[in-house]
This record gives sequence, structure tokens and C-alpha cells, in this order.
Amino acid sequence: MKKLLPNWVNVALTSALLALAIPAHASAEKGLEIAKEMKARDIGWGDSQAEMKMILTNKQGESSEREIRIQSLEVQQDGDKSLSIFDSPQDVKGTAFLSFSHAVGDDEQWLFLPALSRVKRISSSNKSGPFMGSEFAYEDLTSFEVPKYTYNYLRDENINGLDAYVIETIPVDKNSGYTRRVVWVDKAHYRVQKIEFYDRRNALLKTLTMTDYQQYLDKYWRPLNMLMVNHQTGKKTELNWSNFRFNTGLKDEDFNQNTLKRAR
Amino acid sequence: MNKTMMGLALALSSFSANAQAETETDFRGNVSLQGRAFLSEPLFPNQEDYNLSVAAQPEWNWQWNDRRDSFTLELFGRWDQNDGERTHADIRQAAWIHVGEEIETRVGLRRVFWGVTEFQHLVDIINQSDLVEDLDAEDKLGQPMINFSTVQDWGIVDLYILPYFRERTFAGADGRPRLPLPVFVDDPLYESDDEEKHIDYALRWSNTIDVFDVGVAYFDGTARDPLLLPAFINGELGLRPYYPQIERFSVDAQATIESWLWKLEAIHQHRDGESFVAMHGGFEYTIVGFMESAADLGLLIEYGWDERDEQSTSLFQNDLLFGARLAMNDMASSELLMGISRDLDYDSHSLLVEGSRRFGQNLVVSIDLRLFDSDEPEDVLYGLRRDDYLQVDLEYYF
Repeated sequence: MKKLLPNWVNVALTSALLALAIPAHASAEKGLEIAKEMKARDIGWGDSQAEMKMILTNKQGESSEREIRIQSLEVQQDGDKSLSIFDSPQDVKGTAFLSFSHAVGDDEQWLFLPALSRVKRISSSNKSGPFMGSEFAYEDLTSFEVPKYTYNYLRDENINGLDAYVIETIPVDKNSGYTRRVVWVDKAHYRVQKIEFYDRRNALLKTLTMTDYQQYLDKYWRPLNMLMVNHQTGKKTELNWSNFRFNTGLKDEDFNQNTLKRAR
Repeated sequence: MNKTMMGLALALSSFSANAQAETETDFRGNVSLQGRAFLSEPLFPNQEDYNLSVAAQPEWNWQWNDRRDSFTLELFGRWDQNDGERTHADIRQAAWIHVGEEIETRVGLRRVFWGVTEFQHLVDIINQSDLVEDLDAEDKLGQPMINFSTVQDWGIVDLYILPYFRERTFAGADGRPRLPLPVFVDDPLYESDDEEKHIDYALRWSNTIDVFDVGVAYFDGTARDPLLLPAFINGELGLRPYYPQIERFSVDAQATIESWLWKLEAIHQHRDGESFVAMHGGFEYTIVGFMESAADLGLLIEYGWDERDEQSTSLFQNDLLFGARLAMNDMASSELLMGISRDLDYDSHSLLVEGSRRFGQNLVVSIDLRLFDSDEPEDVLYGLRRDDYLQVDLEYYF
């Protein structure tokens, strides 16, 4: 029955029902409040370094691994800076990626290719494209900034045994690969537990679950495991984070083309 | 053992443990097997229809002093079945880098890349091309240098002192493809009496300003691309490389605007009362999620122009180039690349198709097809008219 209805009818019906159920104004305001609190609880971490193992699995169950080291620098009032160094697969070993993300507007990104010793500025409109052949898009991995989305509070729900808010986030950027994301945030610590991603036709595309949260500097929570499942292709990508370190002494001077060239 | 001795032994062992913990070492590299099959009868009787070669490129790196000091050693060697000139070895890198408070100092043999365009690297001048490796001139010989680099709010400044010159490599008489006449690589001519010991200098400023990445550079020294002068040596007719002294100003710029990359490289070169201008520019447009898939399709159009027209040493003196790159963004990093060049002066074409993918975690297989089509003897491409070939590379990375 649902299949027979065009998508826009579904959207229109859902919106109409939502409009009847709760005042749109109040839900947007509450959604924004939750997003602001999420950001507020993650301000002041300064800099961090961590290692990440990415396990890609296709529909047939075959898998492949990538290893990346990431250095991050918090930038107040804007997106963060990061320098990622690829350790495997072996043919991309030594490739490094420098990114200045911005709360509003396009990110700035450079790639270092060791075979030519070449630094290439790359387009950041690839944000909906896959990161290293994984189910994560570039936009799924950049820092969370409040102005990147508009918000709607949907409901309260229990997830992983935790009381949580469920909010809808709608990307502001027209190059985003999503119409909206539905985000589960636990009430106690404002940590993202789950995200559902809806594609440009508003069909459920992917689900991300974040588990194994650890607290650093007595304040900042990081999930050590992230699992992204693509419902349309049957592929999945698991990220296993390790060796998180904060206050490592990274400064603005550690994020430029000279440090990109000698990153290893 | 008395207490002093024990204290000393403890201090020593903790010192050596610290030193060990502080020096990080890393080893990586690749070995490769390459086969070429030529599709036409060769122009010269000593050339073969098939060629095999193997190469190795190991790299060691040491870092110490809280990563403020590092040393990299990268070696390269190839054995070629038919071409003695292509059987060769080089030190690609052997350099110490020290990161100071304001200035980064890099001393030794290094590889430096300047520029933004894809089909030609017009402004890239620091390193000599290892042309015997591949016609695309992207393989470079290690260049001895002292390089000081500083990062400021207004950009990055690099000063290069280049105390020794490396000669370009060319395919030998049995090599394929090769130039119509043998190149006397052992008898180069230099304008400078200091020959390869002439000290060259270069200075470059580069910066990112909003969507623009800009570089401005000056080079004074031995030209990297030689003039090839017909000569008789031991009764044999061949080409003798002549390396003049040049002064060159260059500009390279890229504007990154959403899915568009706009690129321009330009040089003004001066030599012995003569000067000329050359430029190369174009754009690259990327379609993310091509045909509703995870793939990206990049489309490139570039144009190369040289004021010297047919006298130019460049292959792209009045050439239009078209390229397409399909990146599948899959687990195997599958890619398909196509490039077509059209020479507007000589009405000639060349075509490159290259496909590659990874098998497992360490092996990359690529297949290249190159076709050349030229009817005018004055055209550089004319010498390659019978050298269409298919190439298979197996590269194992460790």
C-alpha cells in the first residue's frame, strides 16, 4: 500500500500528521536547544590524537581493513582542523589528508600524495561521497557544528537502556547527501547513540550506532565503536577507535602544508 | 656491585630505554613487475615486440627529537629486459629534515613538486625527470638541495640552493619507445663552465587565500629540459643533450569552487637575450555519486600553449587535452582513467586508457593502453607512431 503512494504524498501526510500532533514551532525550538547542549558539552577539549581501524564488509561478507591516525585541533566558533595519515592498505600508506572544516560554507581540504610529493587542494563538494570506499561519507566524519543543521524535536525514547531525546536534523548545505537525519541523544550526557540517515529521496539509507563510550579529561565522551549499516546496499563499515589522547600539545602551526608534507 | 655502580647501571639502562623509545623507525616500499606488448612492427630492427622489467622501491624513515628531526632514505632500481639505459638505479631521497621554531631545514636528495595541472607540469622545475621510466615524466630523480622553509600568516616561503645537477634519462638504442636517433647521454653539453656543478637557486612563495591556492616562483640555473642537438660521436649520428642556463618566473594558481577546480600555470623564461612565455590551464569538474552510484566521475579539459610554437621543447605547444577519471570508491579502489591529447599544430593525437584496482591488502594491478597517431615528421609524436602499446603492472606494496 505504502509503495503505491508517491514519496511526496508520504512526506505531505507525515508532515500534516506531525503538524497536528505537536506545534512545529515548539519542536524546532526544543530540537535546537538539544543540539546547542550537545555542542556545549563538547567545548574545550583542545586537541586530540587517536588511531582508527576501519573494517569494510560487503554484502557477500568479504571484508577489507584500513588504518588511519588522526590529529585534531578544536577551533572555537568554527569547524575543527584535522590531519589524517593513512597507514593501510599498503599502497596508500603515507597519504595524508588536511582538513579545515567550517561551520558555515565549504571546508578546505588538501591531499598529500607521497609518490609525487604532491599536495593537491581537493573539492569539498565531495561531502556526500564515500570516505575511502567505506559507508561513511565525508560529511559523517566532520566535526559537529550547530549551524550545519536545522532541528526538530520528535519524541522521547529509550535506547540501549538509556532515556534519550529523538531529534531530526536537516542539513543546511545543499551538497549534503541527506534530506534529514534522525538522531538519538541520551538525556544524561547528550551522547549520540544512533543516527538514521535519509537519502535525497527521503528513503532510509543508513543507520549508525555508536557504542563503547569512554570519558576523557573527566568530561568529554568518545565512542570507541561506530557501526554504519547501509540498508540499500547491504554493506557495512565498522570503526574501531583506540589510543585516544588529549592535551597532546598540538597547535595551529601543526596544521599547514608543511606539516602535511612531512606527516607520516 | 656497589651502590654507585648500580646507580650508574640503572641510569644507563633508563637512558638507552629512553633513546630507544624516542627514535621511531618505519620501513615501507614496493616491488613491481611490468610487461609491455607493442601492437605494431617496430621502426628499428633492434627493437622488440615484448618487454619485461622488474623494479623495487624501498624506503626507510627515522624520527627523533620529538619528531623535530627525521631522516628518509628512498632507493629505486629497475632491471629491464631489453634496454640497458632503463636498467638503472637512483637514490630518490636521502634527506634530513629539521623543524626549527620558525624555519624548517631540509638537506639532502629530495623530491619537490610544484603546480596544479594534470597533463603537463609546466612550473615543476626542481627535480629532473627520470624519463626512461615513463613518457609522462612524473618519475623524478633525487635532487641534492638545501631547502629552508618558513610558514607565516602571509604564506609559505621556500628557498632552495641546488648544488648539483642531474641529467635527464633517455631510453637507449634498444629501448622502446625511444627517440628516432640515439641520445648521447654520456656526453652532455652545458652552457655553464661549471657543468653539472653549477649552483642553481630557486625561491617560491605560496599561499591559500580563500578559494585560491597560489604559488609564485623564481628559478636561476641549469634548464631541466635539454635541447637535443644532432651530433656525430665516434662516427655515429645521434642527439647530444645541451643544458642552457635559464632564468624563469612562474605562477601557478587553482581556484576550488564547489565541484570545479580552475587551474593555471604560466612561465616566463629568459635565456641569453631571448625569452618566451608558455602557459597551461584548464578545469576539472567532478560529478559526485555518478549515475546514482558511489562512484565519482571527474572531467578535465586543459590547454597547453608555448610562444615558441614548433620550436618548443614541450610536447604541448598548442595542444588541447581531454580527460575523464572514474573512481568507483569501492573496497578495491577501482579506477578508470582516460586521456586524449590533440595537437592543433600537427593534427596529431595520443590516447591513454588506464585501469587499476587493488587485490587483497597489498597488490595493485593496473593495465595501460597508449596509442599515438601522427603524420608529420616535424612532430615529436611522429617518432612514436609505431609504438602503440599495452602495459600490465603488478605492484606489491609492503
